[in-house]
Amino acid sequence: MSGKHDLVLSVNGRDYAVQVEPRRTLVDAIREDCGLTGTHIGCEHGVCGACTVLVDGAPVRSCLMFAVQAAGKAIRTVEGLATGDELSVLQRAFMEHHGLQCGFCTPGFLMLVTGVLEREPDIGDEELIDVLASNLCRCTGYQNIIKAVRAAAQELRTK
Amino acid sequence: MAQPKQKFVGRSVLRLEDRPLLTGAGRFAADISFPGQLHMRVVRSAHAHARILAVHTADAAALPGVHAIWTAADVAHIPPIDFRLTKLVGLEPYRQRALATDRLRYVGEPVAAVFAESAYVAEDAAELVQVEVEELAPVLDALQEPQAFADGLRSEPAVVRKGFGDVDAAFRKAHTVVELDLTVGRHSGVPMETRGLIARHDRTRDVLELYGAAKVPHWNRAQIARMLGRALESVQLYEGHVGGGFGVRGELYPEDLLVCAAALKLARPVKWIEDRREHLLATNHSRQQSHRVRAAVDADGRILAIDDEFFTDQGAYLRTHAATVTDLTAAMLPGPYRVPAYRAVGHVRLTNKTPCGTYRAPGRFESTFVRERLVDAIATRLDIDPIELRRRNLITAAEMPYLRTLGTLGTEIELDSGDYAGLLDKTMAHLDWPALQRRLAQRRAADELVGAGLVMFVEKTGLGPRDLARVSVDGDGAVEVVTGAASVGQGVETVIAQICADALGVDYAGIRVVHGQTDRIAFGMGAFASRVTVMTGEATRIAAAKVRARAVEVAAELLQAPPDLLDVVDGRVVRTDAPEGPSISLGEIARTLAASPDGGLCAESWFQTDHMNYPYGVHAAVVAIDRGTGAVTVECYLVAYDIGKAVNPMLVEGQLVGGVLQGLGGSLYEEFRYDERGEPLCVTFADYLLPTAREAPPVDVLISEDAPSPLNPLGLKGAGEGGASAVGAAVAAAIDAALGMPGAVTALPVTPRKMREILRQETL
Ligand code: FES
Ligand code: FES
Repeated sequence: MSGKHDLVLSVNGRDYAVQVEPRRTLVDAIREDCGLTGTHIGCEHGVCGACTVLVDGAPVRSCLMFAVQAAGKAIRTVEGLATGDELSVLQRAFMEHHGLQCGFCTPGFLMLVTGVLEREPDIGDEELIDVLASNLCRCTGYQNIIKAVRAAAQELRTK
Repeated sequence: MAQPKQKFVGRSVLRLEDRPLLTGAGRFAADISFPGQLHMRVVRSAHAHARILAVHTADAAALPGVHAIWTAADVAHIPPIDFRLTKLVGLEPYRQRALATDRLRYVGEPVAAVFAESAYVAEDAAELVQVEVEELAPVLDALQEPQAFADGLRSEPAVVRKGFGDVDAAFRKAHTVVELDLTVGRHSGVPMETRGLIARHDRTRDVLELYGAAKVPHWNRAQIARMLGRALESVQLYEGHVGGGFGVRGELYPEDLLVCAAALKLARPVKWIEDRREHLLATNHSRQQSHRVRAAVDADGRILAIDDEFFTDQGAYLRTHAATVTDLTAAMLPGPYRVPAYRAVGHVRLTNKTPCGTYRAPGRFESTFVRERLVDAIATRLDIDPIELRRRNLITAAEMPYLRTLGTLGTEIELDSGDYAGLLDKTMAHLDWPALQRRLAQRRAADELVGAGLVMFVEKTGLGPRDLARVSVDGDGAVEVVTGAASVGQGVETVIAQICADALGVDYAGIRVVHGQTDRIAFGMGAFASRVTVMTGEATRIAAAKVRARAVEVAAELLQAPPDLLDVVDGRVVRTDAPEGPSISLGEIARTLAASPDGGLCAESWFQTDHMNYPYGVHAAVVAIDRGTGAVTVECYLVAYDIGKAVNPMLVEGQLVGGVLQGLGGSLYEEFRYDERGEPLCVTFADYLLPTAREAPPVDVLISEDAPSPLNPLGLKGAGEGGASAVGAAVAAAIDAALGMPGAVTALPVTPRKMREILRQETL
């Protein structure tokens, strides 16, 4: 087993000095070394999207990335979405449209959509479905996730 | 005049659960850690069937950071895992132990457990454990003649027989007999959160604590205490957030015992987080059945008798559910129809695959598929419109309550209320069925493969026998409801708070609902069989009503007013004849009662019932088939469901839509397949295909409240499973219609490959 690397992870604007093996995944580092357990692990093979975080603004499956690869990059997780007690537009839309049941998949969906809407605020409804189809939810049947995301996209556009 | 009082039951209020889940403050099993914890990794069988010759652990044990490695000998003192809901006897030899002793019976069976300083090291070490075996021939087909399971035991532990009436006479005098062979594939709940457990022994208090509990914490607590030889009070289970249950999560599995025993023995907290591959191999599978069913009918298509022989592929052991799924299949098969004579023979057969348990709508997904296929086949044979045929056979509202003379789960099936034909009419009108059929016919004429299917079903919910709830108000007026329910993400806190709010006279948003904590309440049945809203809800309502009555009694004295002129509104006792006059808050009343012998403003209540209640519904699907690829697209879907009274329609709708998508998974995409050596072929999400947002059709939900349950004052029936129950049946009927080939679908799931086979028959 190879030794540990010292590195600094920037998560939600805060620096975390961590010591990790080269094989440590980014999601494990975020959860175990930075103590931010809002990012979840559903498969560890890149399919479910529960582990989605933003790295330099782009949605990334943090189970497929090594922590060492994320050094020096700006990482954002679900813990960084709300401003104090105020939920983000997307978080609020999920609540109002009942876009979550067990809530396990929710952080992944929130980060995926946050990233996409920041980059493509005018994304069409059909393309949004294609985006959402990259993450899995087992509870909601997606209908209310789709509603919430469309409502949030609309609200953000008219803001 | 009394001031307008806010009511919460019946309203789609926002969930109390959401904020922590949206902000990353959830506390799922993997989020819990204790200082000094060890990580467990389970070494699993790579063979479907083999004799264990030796387990070599030396190499693994030599790895730095490995603390201990256990094999069967280390857990020999732990008895096999018992059954939770069965009356059948003689099944004990088929139970599973924490670690395999001398035989391996499925790929994924726990053989050894590694305990190490980190999850990474535990996984490295597990790979170094070598299991030496002599391979044996696996049994992979439940239709195959039963084999020897062990000395003197066959691989058919039970045959469930149910029925009534003279079936043979009915077949003798039948105008027509219709016969079908039908199969349902092996699939399961597959929640997004895998299982996870953390056990810790608090040696100061001598309490064994288990975190990550779900579904039935109180039952599991009692079992763990008994199996590890501890006093009940020295074992406590704690439920955190649960990332979906669907029947599979929270049963007592080998891993529960391993972490508990290890925490005691190794004197360190022990954490185990299942990975996805393990989940697909180790957590209960479900559903796999083959049916040979026949119906005797008269010339008008009236059912005279149904005779069904079926085989449940139960996997390698009988887990906590024993034969529950087989039992429910046999019990629920008659559905909404008048069936004068009935015989079901359900064979529970063991195979060398992952053991099975219940999955959302257990026995109903399967039996609804079988019954509705049968009804469609009768309609085809007699050339009667399938909806008209259903109408002729439906039990009428006038016949309610209707005694089925069948029992299941220790209860007698008495359909408590329902207007089945009324719901069918409503649905047809809602869909504008004739117009829909015309549109589809036009598209078919233009050579599209499109069609609609409509089916009916009866669910069962609110399983007793009892539940307990405690409602208390503290000196600041804060309300707490302590229940023995469990939450698997379905919105229990909100629903229970709504019920409590109305019964007590407070806002639902401030109510704290406790569930899944065995140290907070002595009794709890947990969350299964869509029972929480009905059973826990009613216990809560009674307890809250008692608290209200006590508050009014005390206030009457303090306010010098007759109790019948008092009401509790928004947390204050007010005079209904003088709403602006003097009032007193529940908090103040609680403070006056603080020193009273009954311990303040609180009450506890039981709710008991001997019977389940029976919601019912209609499912309709419109599908389009791609001739080239064989892919089936569900264009739209409808669920009409009568649940008596919806506490929160938004949550009911959420349950139903989620259930539909799971049903579609099992009907079109999801299947645990095995090769001829018993090697599982679906151990990642690349092979076991869950539906995504792309596959999700728009689902229209029609919640009906025509038939409140007479068995509880609010008229509640449960809503958790009716979204899934009839999907296989509806999709099959729609595919038949699209192809213009009645009876084309006889097996689920209809994967693109199977669809292409059907399309080839069409062109022959
Ligand atoms: S955990 Fe990363 S994609 Fe599933
Ligand atoms: S809300 Fe449970 S998995 Fe999406």
